[in-house]
Amino acid sequence: MAAMLRIVNGRVYDPANGLDGVVRDVCLQDGRIVADVPPEAKKIDAHGMVVMPGGVDIHCHIAGSKVNMARKLQPEDHRLDVHPRTRFTRSGTGGTVPSTFATGYRYAALGYTSAMEAAVTPLGARSTLEELQDTPVIDKGFFVLVGNNVLLYRLLQEGRLEEFRNTLAWWLCATKAYAPKLVNPGADELWKGSRNANITLLDDTIGPFDLTPRKVIDAFIGAANDLGLPHPVHIHCNNLGHTGNYETTLETMRIADGRRAHITHIQFHSYGSVAGKSGDNPTSKAREISEFVNTHPNISADVGAVMFGRSTSMTADAPLAYMLRRFGGGKWINADTEHESGCGIVPFTYQDKVYTNALQWAIGLELFLRSEDPWRMVFSTDHPNGGSFMSYPKLIRLLMDREFRKQEMAKVNQKAIEASGLRDCQDRELSLYEIAIITRAGPARLLGLTCKGHLGVGADADVTIYEENADKEEMFSTPRYVIKGGELIIEDHEFRADSDGRVFHVAPDYDPAIEQVIQPFFEDFYSIQFANYPVDIEYLHHHEVVPTTHQAAAPVASETT
Amino acid sequence: MAERMTLIGGRSSKQGTALCVGKLGAEYIQISSTVEMNVEDMARLGLSNDSRVRLRTPVGEVILRCKGRETKDLPSGILFMAYGPFSSELMAGDTAASGMPLSKNLDVEVEPVLEEAQPQGATP
Amino acid sequence: MSENIKTVADATCTFCGCVCDDIVLSVDMDTHQITKSQNACVLGKAWFKEHSIEERPAALIAGRPATTEEGVEEAAQILAKARYPIIYGLSDTTCEAQRVAVSIADMIGGIVDTTTSVCHGPTGMAFQGIGESTASLGEVRNRADLVIFWGGNPAEAHPRLFTRYAVTPKGMYVPNGRKDRTIVLVDVRRTQSTPVADIFLQVKPRTDFEVLWALRALVKGLKVDESIEERTGVSLAVLEDLANRMKTCRFGVIFFGMGITMNRGRHFNAGALLALGTDLNQFTHFVVAPARGHGNVSGADNVVSWQTGFPFGVNFNRGYPRFNPGEWTTVDVLCRGEADAAMIIASDPASNFPKAAIEHLKRIPVITLDPKTTVTSTLARVAFTTATYGINVPGTVYRMDNVPISLRPAFESPYPSDQQILTAIRERVSALLGGNRLPVNTAPTAAAS
Repeated sequence: MAAMLRIVNGRVYDPANGLDGVVRDVCLQDGRIVADVPPEAKKIDAHGMVVMPGGVDIHCHIAGSKVNMARKLQPEDHRLDVHPRTRFTRSGTGGTVPSTFATGYRYAALGYTSAMEAAVTPLGARSTLEELQDTPVIDKGFFVLVGNNVLLYRLLQEGRLEEFRNTLAWWLCATKAYAPKLVNPGADELWKGSRNANITLLDDTIGPFDLTPRKVIDAFIGAANDLGLPHPVHIHCNNLGHTGNYETTLETMRIADGRRAHITHIQFHSYGSVAGKSGDNPTSKAREISEFVNTHPNISADVGAVMFGRSTSMTADAPLAYMLRRFGGGKWINADTEHESGCGIVPFTYQDKVYTNALQWAIGLELFLRSEDPWRMVFSTDHPNGGSFMSYPKLIRLLMDREFRKQEMAKVNQKAIEASGLRDCQDRELSLYEIAIITRAGPARLLGLTCKGHLGVGADADVTIYEENADKEEMFSTPRYVIKGGELIIEDHEFRADSDGRVFHVAPDYDPAIEQVIQPFFEDFYSIQFANYPVDIEYLHHHEVVPTTHQAAAPVASETT
Repeated sequence: MAERMTLIGGRSSKQGTALCVGKLGAEYIQISSTVEMNVEDMARLGLSNDSRVRLRTPVGEVILRCKGRETKDLPSGILFMAYGPFSSELMAGDTAASGMPLSKNLDVEVEPVLEEAQPQGATP
Repeated sequence: MSENIKTVADATCTFCGCVCDDIVLSVDMDTHQITKSQNACVLGKAWFKEHSIEERPAALIAGRPATTEEGVEEAAQILAKARYPIIYGLSDTTCEAQRVAVSIADMIGGIVDTTTSVCHGPTGMAFQGIGESTASLGEVRNRADLVIFWGGNPAEAHPRLFTRYAVTPKGMYVPNGRKDRTIVLVDVRRTQSTPVADIFLQVKPRTDFEVLWALRALVKGLKVDESIEERTGVSLAVLEDLANRMKTCRFGVIFFGMGITMNRGRHFNAGALLALGTDLNQFTHFVVAPARGHGNVSGADNVVSWQTGFPFGVNFNRGYPRFNPGEWTTVDVLCRGEADAAMIIASDPASNFPKAAIEHLKRIPVITLDPKTTVTSTLARVAFTTATYGINVPGTVYRMDNVPISLRPAFESPYPSDQQILTAIRERVSALLGGNRLPVNTAPTAAAS
C-alpha cells in the first residue's frame, strides 16, 4: 500500500480523455490521480500490460433482501464454489449469488472497483446498505424501486405533479438511493390485487388507478430530469421476455421524447415475433432497437447479455418470475412489499441447444456489435439474471475475438442463429478502447460519477492493470494489479489488503412541507411508523453525496466522510 | 399403573412475561412446572387440580403440578406444558439429522405421585 | 415517583418477531425504569418493565466478580485455544453484534449457529428445496381476506399479530377490518387463539403433513379418500371447503409456527405448507409467513446468510462455510459431546435444550453474554453482563417479514453492548492468532461445474 504511486511503461486506455493505448505514466497520490509524484514514489513497471480505470458495473444484483433470499435458496450452488479465508480476508461462498465478502473480493479480482445494486425496495433499503457494508473493496450505490409506488400513483392520477416530484425527491433522500428505478410499471397492483394478473399494453389501465404505464413512465422521466439527477430513470420495460416485445421497448423509448432515460438489460426487450408450428416464436429485433438507440442521443442502455450456464433470475418483475418458473417447475420465490414493489426469484439455466436461449445469447452480442455509440450501449449481464459477473471475461472475448465468436456460434442452436441478425455483424471486433468505454468510461459517464471511469487528474485512483494476452478471456480474468482509492489491493495476482468502499447517493432538494402529504399515507396504510422509515445516516459509513445539476451549479458543501 | 399420553410443549403468555422477570425466579419456575391435562383423564387417574404427577420419557422424568382442561379444549390423551427447565428434562437429543429436537408430541408415561412432594426434576 | 420522565415515541419492542415499532415509552430517568409502554401487548409490557439496570458485576469468571476487560481476556483465551468452538444464540441482539459474532467464528474456524436451528430451521431447510411465496405484513393488513394460522397460538406468543397486522386492523382493500376477513385456525387443541377464528380445524397430533398434503391434492383437483378423517381428525367435507376458500379468496395468507416445525415431519411439514402456498398461486394471490419467535432471529438468519451463503449451523473449520443440519447444528454438536468450548450470546439454551446438551455445556468452558442471570450464565466460565438491545442499545433488527427497523433505546446502560464486547474479544483473538486462523490442509479445488 503506497500513498504515492507511479505506474510506468503501461499502455493506457482512458477513453474519457482520448487515450487509446498510449504509453505514459499514471500517477496516484492520496487516493486520486495526480499529474506527477516525487521520484521516490513506489513504481509499478507495467511493461507489456494494459492500464485502465477500474471497472464500473452499471447494473447488478448483489445486496438486499431479494438477493439474500436468492442466496438462501441455493445452498447447492454455494457448496460447489467455496471461497476460503486468508489471514486478512473473510471466507464465503459463490455460485451465481455469492455471499457478500466473496462478491466484493471477486469483483475486485476481475478489476472492477464500482458497482450499482440495481433494484431495492424503499422498505428494504437498510438491508441493502448493511449488505453493501459487508461487500468489500468496491464503491457502490443502489437504484430504488419507485415505479409501482402506490402513493406516487395516487398523486399522479390526481394530477399533483409538483407534489409527485417532491415526493420522489423525498423518497430518494429517505432511502439514500442513487437513482430511481422502474420495473414493469403498472404490474404490481394487478399481480397482488387481481389474482396474479399482469399488464401488457402501455395504454392499459392499471387496476383501480386512473393511470396507464405510459403516463407513469412519462411522469417519472419528467420528474427525474426536473430534479437534475446524475443518472436518469433506469427502466426495466414492460413485457420483458415476451415474444414481440420490441414494440413495447420502442414505444417506451419514444415516451422519453428528447429527455434522458436509461433502458436496462435491453437484450431481454428486443424480441420480434414470427409464426411457428404451435404459436409464435421470438426473433431478433436487435437491429431495430440498435438503430433507435444509435439515433436518439437522449437514450442510453445496458445490454443485459445472456451467457450459457447457470443463472438466477431475480427481479422486481414478479409476474415474469412466475412465468419463468413454468419452464423449470422448480423452486420459486415471490415476495411482496407493501405499496412499493414485488419480487420474484427463479434459478434458471441457459442452454446453447435451446432455440430461445441461443437467440437471447445472439441478440446480446448483436446489440454490442451494432452499436455506433458504445458510450450509450454499455456492458452488463444483469448479473445474475443473464449470467454471473464471473462470465464477464468470456463475454469480453466474444466481443473482441471474431474467430472465437464464430466457433461459439457454430456450437449453438443454428435455427436461433439464423433467426438472429448476428451474421450481419459477425466480423466486427471491439477494440480495447471500446471495451474500456463499455466497461468503464461509459457506465461512469451515464451514472454521472465524474470521479470514476477515467484516469484524468482528480479522478479516484481506481486503476486496473491487465497483462496483455491474445486470449482476452484469460487477460480480463486475472488482472496483475488492482488499485482502489490509491491502495494496492491486488499485486501480482494476490490480495494484499482489504478495504471498504464508499456508498454514493443523491440528496435532491425538496419542499419539506411534502411530509404533510406523505405522513398521513403512512399512518393509514404502512405497517411501520413514519418516523422509523427513513434511513439514518449511520447506515452509510463512508459515503458521498453526488450533487444534482442544480446543486452542482449553486455550490453547497456536499456531505463526504 | 402408568398411562401413555402425548405431551406438547409450547409458549404461554404467562411464561413469556415471567421470563422477562427472570428464569430463575419463582414465578417462572411455577409456570414451567405445571402441566395441563384433560379433566376426564385426571378423573380416571384420581387427580385433581394441583395434584402431583410424574411424567417420564426414555431420557428423564419430572414431577409436575397438574391443571385440568375440558375435553373441547384439550382432548383426552394430550398434555400441554410451557417450555422451561422441566420440559427440557424430558427432551431427547436426537434431531433425526435436522438440528431440531422434538419438544412437541412427545410420548410420555404419566402416573400420579402419591406423596405430597414439591415439583422436582430440573433444578436450575 | 420521580418527575424526571422522558417520553420515547416510535420505540421498537423486540420480545417477539412482530417487532412493533409504535410503542410509546415513559421512562423514569432517575430510577432507569420504563414505567409505561403504550401500545405494547402483555409480553411487550413485561419486556419493557423488567429490563432495568441491575446492580451486578460487569463479568463473572468462574463465579467470581471481574471487570469486562478481564472477561474479554479469559474469553479470548478460551476461543483461541479451542479446537471445536461453537458460537450460538444471537436472536436477541442487534445485527451489528451478529456480524461481529460471525466474523469471530470465521476467524477461529468454529461453528456459528442461531436459535433458528431449534425454531424455524426446518422451514429454512424446506425453503431451500421449494422457495416460498410471501409478503410484508403491511400487504397482509391491507389485502388479506383469508387468514390462516397453523400450528401456533398467536394470542399468547404474538398477540399483536392479531391486532396490529392480520385480524382486526382495517386496510386499504379491507376497509371493514375483521368483518372483511375469514380467519381459520389449525391446531391439535383449543387455545386462547381459538375464539378468534371463524373456522377451527382440530387435527390429531402428528398429522399436519397428511392434512397439508390432502389440501394440496384438493387444490389440484385430485381425489382424496374419506378415510382422511380417521387419519387426521378432519373430515373430507371440511378440507374441501377450506381448499375452495383458499382458491377463491382474493389474497390469502398462512402464518405458521412451531406446531409445524417441532413436530414429527419437521421440514417435511414446512415443505408441504410452502408447496401448498406456491400451488395456490395458480388460482389467486397467496402467501405464507413463518411466525418468528424472537425479536431479531430474522436478522440472525439474514446476517449469517449474507456473510456465508447459509442461514444457520455454519461450520468454518476447513477455511470456508459449510452447512449440514444435524451435523453442525448446536443441539447435535452438544448432545454428541463434540464442542470443546461455547460462546452463547443473548440466549439461554440451558433452560430449554435437551438434557444431554445441557449436561455437555456443564463439561466445557462456556462464555455467555446476557443482560440477565440465566440458567446458562450460571454454569458459564465467563458470564458478561450486557446492555439490552432496544432498551439501552441502538442497532438494526429484522421483523418476521424481513423488514429492517432501527431501534430507539430508552435509556443508557453502564454495561457494554454485545457488539462492544464481541469486538473486543475479536481484537484479542486476532492478536493471539495473528489474524484469521488458516486450516492445516488447504481448501480443495472447486468441483468442476
